[in-house]
Amino acid sequence: MQIVVCIKQVPQTTEVKIDPQTNTLVREGVSSIINPFDMYAIEEAVRLKEKFQAKTTVITMGPPQAEAALREALSLGIDNAVHLCDRAFAGSDTWTTSLVLAKAIEKLSPVDLVICGKQASDGDTAQVGPGIASHLDLPQATYVRKIDTIHLDTNPKIMVVERLLEDGYEILELKLPALITVVKEINEPRLPSLKGKLRAKKEVIPAWTHKDIGLSQEAVGLKGSPTQVVKIFTPPPKKGGKIFEGEPQEAVSGLIKEIEDLL
Amino acid sequence: MIKVIKDKCVGCGLCAKVCPSSAIKIIDKLAVIDLDKCNLCSACVTACKFGAILIEREELKKDLSSYKGVWVFSEQRNGEIAPVVFELLGKARQLAKDLNTYTGAVLLGYQIKEKTRELIERGADKVFLVDNPVLKNYIAENYSRVITQLLRKYKPEIFLAGATTTGRSLVSRIAVNIHTGLTADCTGLDIDKEKKILIQTRPAFGGNIMAQIITPDYRPQMATVRHKVMPPAGILPQRKGEVIEEKFSEIEDARIKFIDFIKEELSTVNLAEADIIVSGGRGIGGAENFRLIEELAQVLGGAVGASRAAVDAGWIPYFHQVGQTGRTVSPKIYIACGISGQIQHLVGMQSSKLIIAINKDPSAPIFKVANYGIVGDLFEIIPLLIKKIKEIKSS
Amino acid sequence: MLDYGLTEEQLMIKELARKVAEEKIKPFSKQWDEEGEFPQEAIKALAQSDLFTLCIPEEYGGMGGGLLDLCIATEEVSRVDGGVAASYAASFLGMFPILLFGTEEQKKKYLPPLASGEKLSAFALTEPEAGSDAGAVTTKAEKEGDFYILNGLKHFITNGGDADIYTVIALTDKSKGPRGISAFIVEKGDSGFSFGKKEDKMGIRASSTRELIFQDCKIPKERLLGGKEGIGFIVTMKTFDQSRPGVAAQAVGIAQGSLELAVEYAHQRVQFGQKISSFQGIQWMLADMATKVEAARSLVYAVARAVDRGAKNIGSYSAQAKLFASDVAMEVATQAVQIFGGYGYMRDYPVEKFMRDAKITQIYEGTNQIQKNIIALNLIKEFGK
Repeated sequence: MQIVVCIKQVPQTTEVKIDPQTNTLVREGVSSIINPFDMYAIEEAVRLKEKFQAKTTVITMGPPQAEAALREALSLGIDNAVHLCDRAFAGSDTWTTSLVLAKAIEKLSPVDLVICGKQASDGDTAQVGPGIASHLDLPQATYVRKIDTIHLDTNPKIMVVERLLEDGYEILELKLPALITVVKEINEPRLPSLKGKLRAKKEVIPAWTHKDIGLSQEAVGLKGSPTQVVKIFTPPPKKGGKIFEGEPQEAVSGLIKEIEDLL
Repeated sequence: MIKVIKDKCVGCGLCAKVCPSSAIKIIDKLAVIDLDKCNLCSACVTACKFGAILIEREELKKDLSSYKGVWVFSEQRNGEIAPVVFELLGKARQLAKDLNTYTGAVLLGYQIKEKTRELIERGADKVFLVDNPVLKNYIAENYSRVITQLLRKYKPEIFLAGATTTGRSLVSRIAVNIHTGLTADCTGLDIDKEKKILIQTRPAFGGNIMAQIITPDYRPQMATVRHKVMPPAGILPQRKGEVIEEKFSEIEDARIKFIDFIKEELSTVNLAEADIIVSGGRGIGGAENFRLIEELAQVLGGAVGASRAAVDAGWIPYFHQVGQTGRTVSPKIYIACGISGQIQHLVGMQSSKLIIAINKDPSAPIFKVANYGIVGDLFEIIPLLIKKIKEIKSS
Repeated sequence: MLDYGLTEEQLMIKELARKVAEEKIKPFSKQWDEEGEFPQEAIKALAQSDLFTLCIPEEYGGMGGGLLDLCIATEEVSRVDGGVAASYAASFLGMFPILLFGTEEQKKKYLPPLASGEKLSAFALTEPEAGSDAGAVTTKAEKEGDFYILNGLKHFITNGGDADIYTVIALTDKSKGPRGISAFIVEKGDSGFSFGKKEDKMGIRASSTRELIFQDCKIPKERLLGGKEGIGFIVTMKTFDQSRPGVAAQAVGIAQGSLELAVEYAHQRVQFGQKISSFQGIQWMLADMATKVEAARSLVYAVARAVDRGAKNIGSYSAQAKLFASDVAMEVATQAVQIFGGYGYMRDYPVEKFMRDAKITQIYEGTNQIQKNIIALNLIKEFGK
């Protein structure tokens, strides 16, 4: 069984601050981390590896510095990493990003299971996972909160998962190969191990360009992306509100007076 | 590709400041872009006051004039149309008017024909109905196959869906099938009247910046829209509309099977649908104290939320978590009790229309985003609030 | 922190231990302290990150490396929670005798599960009547054919009840004085071995401290540490030489944690219209605290490095490190509480816990008065040469 985990390197939101003067994001000195949701994807893959002796591979599309994210995944117990690193990929929207990742997964075949985090914390789109599934024509289950069972001895292999919805969850049966995106509830990610870190440091990570995955330069990056960002702006700041201090009785009365009409 | 026009650049550094990827450095009074870091987001192009940065794209010349209509995916479960659909229909009518075209609703399910009426009353001129036992429960593969065929046949210019768990997992598959652009989680949709294209506004970085996105060369222009951002369309009981029923064969993807749906037993309303959310954080101090939060939510007819700290401490299930690793909500009123307001929490709730914070620490960051705040002990404040609200509700 | 020229691996250990401390320990620290609970989850996380492999040679499943590695990890854990650090370090205290004096068979059997963190160990020396006077132990081990029969009571044993492997110091021949003391490996579950009273402590409450009861506890003769009787006293002394820098590192961690809390608070707290960190009185307190923390760390690292280089007769320096660092921990934690003022005295703020945790470092593994005896005796002995 081979599992591919797709991850993204994102800025650490706890460190993103707003410049009060210019009202813009201050990104200076902000460190990069693995997208928090992808940590659950990595952990789930490592657990499956431990349970079924699966082979695990992590991939990411991103600039050279994204290699650090791959190394971290290796230190957490993932076996191999592939870095999709090419200037031609810059400006990719979710359509082309999922195409690039799908082509890489194709090249890694046979792959039984693709695991993604439910969404990235910087873009919040939740589109890349289903996009990959669509490019590869794989069945998908998004927002998976639990893998109930995996039968590897059947043909095809079968997996039963629980998919989190707004008001409960549904149980789906998927024939592998398939793609799942996972939510926080699925597991508690482990921290890296010392042995894993030492191994991750030494590992040589191959970098693939558009040529390696058989795509033309026109099909990726800005050129291949159907959507275009035309403008980025900062929303007007929320003005500080009205604060009631002092006697609880008075504070509550004051608040109620303000919001009474809304109740 | 992106480039700096040397004659125009004065080295003011505005571009470097706004760059979300820290890809621009000012060297000898000239902006220099590190192409390894740049992801061509265009923030610098917008920020530059001198027109010194250009992103060049080749114009794809395609005839898109045959695409007509603004469509809405009418999400339903057990025949119940999701409330976000009515919000989308309201928006779709407005967009259709600007484009001088019709509003379409796509309804998939089993034995749901009668629901077409509801969609017409809310503004659909045409309802595209596919009624089939295979479509009884939502399965992304089956739904995307059907909708892909509908889109290919009827060629709408815009296709909208709610940014729900269903909408998000479905629309991306369709966009890939059709090869068109998709913008997720929009909070604003407008028509560029000159170019007749859809301008999609969406938050990024947890709402700290907004991006405007277009799909100029591909159709339909697809977007998912956040729930509770747009007002629902009103009901017009006598409104007329057309129902177009389509039959497709081979829509079932045998590789995926729906087994069961288990409804989560909640004492209050579910988070995504709630107009009012009362959330508790670390300051609640323990699982048993969440009863206080529940009681306040109940008297308000709202839902119970929680910060990550409260969920991690095991006081309340993950299901209730609001914030970066939980749910993003935007209710009419959000009451944060004993939540300090870490940025991970704020990104999940700061688009709420009215925020009320109760916290004993006056310097807690939650007060910076709150419209109203009470500094004090929540164990004193909340019982008083409950009492007052009960008085108002009974009078 | 001053640049101590740590190796890349040591920096990795530091980063990893901090991550475990911040993410898997800090969120539960208050709860464990309040409930006086053994931090099972923390131990699991430390094990999962390979932090129990330190100091144990590779052939026994460890990472190799030396005492400084362990000191770095202990300090980082302690910077967040001195109690968890006590549980962590105490397992090494139980491990060192096996590593230093165990037979090949004993090392092969006991070190791998300790390195993986699957098992935890403890060192059992102290008895109600034998604290500082370690030679006064009364727990007896009598040989009976292929077995030893242990009888007696050990108390104040860190990891007692939660550890799986115990190194127990017992008398094999009363007539020989210190040379009649031996060391044994006792396993949880051995017949006649049970646990008594669990102590309710002032600090390091995220660790268990318990009585061990030996009532005709019968163990095979292969459990005699090193296969030799009479080495118990030397085992104890050599073990403490290795473990005292660890206690000292725990103290440095507590001091560092307290200092950071104090600096952060001084920077936030406003009185008389300005941050209290702008007052010289506070500044000078912080300056003294920081200087002492760094001095303590320097000494601890230097001693640990000397041990790693194979230095002999390290006892006096180990004692100095423990003595100095623990006094610094107590002083800095107390000053931190002082900077917090009234808030510092309240359980709502974590700083009072650091003060409670600090106190034990002046007491256990030899009170600081005993450390002074060791240092002074060594001085006099050296002078006499």
